[in-house]
Amino acid sequence: MAAGITRAWGWFRGNRWVKTALSPPAYLSLGFLTLGGFVAGVIFWGGFNTALEYTNTEKFCVGCHEMEANVFEELKGTIHFTNRSGVRAGCPDCHVPHEWTNKIARKMQASKEVWGHIFGSIDTRDKFLAMRKHLAEREWERMKANDSLECRNCHSSESMDLVKQNPRAASAHEQFLFTGEKTCIDCHKGIAHKLPDMSGVPGWQ
Amino acid sequence: MRRSVFAVLVAAVPLFAAGAILAQDAPRLRGPEPFTRETPAPPMQRQITDDVRVTRNYPDQPPVIPHSIEGYAVDLNANKCMSCHARKFTEQSQAPMISVTHYQDRAGNTLGGLAPRRYVCVACHVPQTTARPLVENVFTDMDALTEPEGQAQRRQR
Repeated sequence: MAAGITRAWGWFRGNRWVKTALSPPAYLSLGFLTLGGFVAGVIFWGGFNTALEYTNTEKFCVGCHEMEANVFEELKGTIHFTNRSGVRAGCPDCHVPHEWTNKIARKMQASKEVWGHIFGSIDTRDKFLAMRKHLAEREWERMKANDSLECRNCHSSESMDLVKQNPRAASAHEQFLFTGEKTCIDCHKGIAHKLPDMSGVPGWQ
Repeated sequence: MRRSVFAVLVAAVPLFAAGAILAQDAPRLRGPEPFTRETPAPPMQRQITDDVRVTRNYPDQPPVIPHSIEGYAVDLNANKCMSCHARKFTEQSQAPMISVTHYQDRAGNTLGGLAPRRYVCVACHVPQTTARPLVENVFTDMDALTEPEGQAQRRQR
């Protein structure tokens, strides 16, 4: 075991590329390397961020026909797509956290969705309908865990004017939302997409 | 002979005139003329969402919905109305419970849950809008004919 590690270490140190990487520069100046590293870093980070932001556009989301033919089609009729004030919530507004750390975490989870796309786990309407409850439950769980963060990016309970809501909504918000007993997604399910079979979901029958 | 024909024509004038005048008065319900011509749809009417219960015009009338139901799912998968109006959710929602008749099948047997024939709420219960009726409504409440006050008035006469 120990001999094996020593051998591997020896091979690693003896490798030509490793030797070059670990020896001090023979021709390039410290200034060039510092500035060059800085510029390369800017280019790398800019490129990374641009690519990340590109995956956060509606155009990118509906690029896959699974999204375009099913969930995007359903979003079109809802108030989050067209409404009197002309504000639109696109796919990433609700499905991708806006803050950097959470966004990266979500993007890593989304790699499973890339897998699903490549292997066609919901590439037909029937497959999608069969999976719909599972897919919806994942989103409900996610939004419950982060206290409906994506809803609250636009709808904050502090700026909610109960007087302007109808009495029914006002009393429900007062009783459940402001006390923290429930979060947005507990009651507002299926507002942007059609619902799966709701039997067994709390609050539905 | 000629005289009687003239008399008939003169007599017919008010008939035709009355027809024309009354026709102008009545709202046209049949759409454009000719019917193949396309006309822009009239604007959507504003829904009444004041949450105030509306009197039923007769005891068997399905109560009308005094709130917005925009985007409410009533389909094979889900029934949003039942999230408030089902028996077990009425405490937290403070909504009226669906009538007991909705738990019975058509033979009168009481079922464990909402009867399938009552599932599509909006088949009978509808929201109201602020639209003005196209023709005058002359409906008279049954109580106006049978109430003791009304009878007292009639007796005085």
